[in-house]
Amino acid sequence: MKIDFTLNNKEISIDVDANRRLLDLLRDDFGMKSVKEGCGEGECGACVVLVNGRSMNSCMLPAGAIIGKSVVTLEGFKHTERYKAIESGFLKAGSVQCGFCTPGFVISTESLLNENPHPTDDEIKEALSGNLCRCTGYNMIVKGVRLAIEMGEGLW
Amino acid sequence: MVDGIRPKSLKKALEILSEQQFTIMASGTDLMVQRARGFALAPEFEKPLLFIEHLSELKKIYIENDEIHIGACAILTDIMHSEIIPPVLKDIIGQMASPPTRNMATLAGNICNASPAGDSLPYLYAVDAKIVLQSSDEKRTMHVSEFITAAKKTVLKANELVTDIIIPNKVYSHNVYRRLGQRKGMSLTKASLLGMADIEEGKIIDIRIALGAVSAIIARSKEIEESLKNKKTEDLKTDVAEILAKYDPLIKPIDDARSTAKYRKKVSLNLIKDFLENLN
Repeated sequence: MKIDFTLNNKEISIDVDANRRLLDLLRDDFGMKSVKEGCGEGECGACVVLVNGRSMNSCMLPAGAIIGKSVVTLEGFKHTERYKAIESGFLKAGSVQCGFCTPGFVISTESLLNENPHPTDDEIKEALSGNLCRCTGYNMIVKGVRLAIEMGEGLW
Repeated sequence: MVDGIRPKSLKKALEILSEQQFTIMASGTDLMVQRARGFALAPEFEKPLLFIEHLSELKKIYIENDEIHIGACAILTDIMHSEIIPPVLKDIIGQMASPPTRNMATLAGNICNASPAGDSLPYLYAVDAKIVLQSSDEKRTMHVSEFITAAKKTVLKANELVTDIIIPNKVYSHNVYRRLGQRKGMSLTKASLLGMADIEEGKIIDIRIALGAVSAIIARSKEIEESLKNKKTEDLKTDVAEILAKYDPLIKPIDDARSTAKYRKKVSLNLIKDFLENLN
């Protein structure tokens, strides 16, 4: 199936099987290794990417469903001021240990702040409820998001 | 190779469906997982895929004739944030899956998947939601309880698409939604209760009770609900044992990886008891 979409703001046109998972397309065909396969069934959030600005689980999204959409992974997002604020917040709060889940958390944070620049702690927890982290115990990640909001005031 | 087609319009989608058999695909949150083959592999499908998620005709959420129409491809996030959706349905959707999955999943998908643990189903059964099905030459509307015939089975024909879900534009005075899962977020439901009632001057005017995950489909009895109408809420405490005895045979749960039949039965009856005793 012919798939036209934009990946990190670059226009892409490819011919791939319609049932390919966006996750595999991103990792294997485009080398986007920030997108991780954890559970492969939409529960862990390690594969979360932005599709038209909203977080989605790329392990469940078939290639045929991204036609005409804008897909952003951490490789694209990392060049933005918003990313830098999230990175600083996460670094300062110790939100990262092994790092496997981190790209998903960063993308979910961006998806949240894009819609709600001033979330409460409960709203942050809710927004990150689709991302699992086995290292930090989550409190540091929520704190990291809080710091990112402070440091990135005005960016969202 | 599994090919796919992405029609430009609903009309075109229905035409294509009348000519060939397809697996209908929105954003894949159920199908891609059910057909998964493992790490780094594409899920397998026997039929080609018909992609419908982009069809704007199927994304609308609007009120017509005092009924709320929810387009088959409206995503859960948008339904949850729509001002016209009854608060209890928003609450239910807010407890389904996780934000990234809610950005992909649809109500129609939850219905077509027809799992007894489908979290929108107790509400849809309780309000007698209607499902609109379209093919290139026919449009039919039926109650959700007619659409789903058994666990994982619906009456959807190969040439049809679900286009709309219709619910009453009504908010009950009392609403309770309780779901039991292993965790609060990202867990499949072991048992759930949706209870709604209109109470005026201590008397039950209308009452709806639907239970999820504890029978082949959704457990609801219009007969028992009818018998509760006009009852005074203050009498519910004394009558509760008798009412629970009526519900008992409707609750036919199974043992599975998530829970046991015994536990599900006990908590379901407790959920009904708690709902009834707290109506006032």
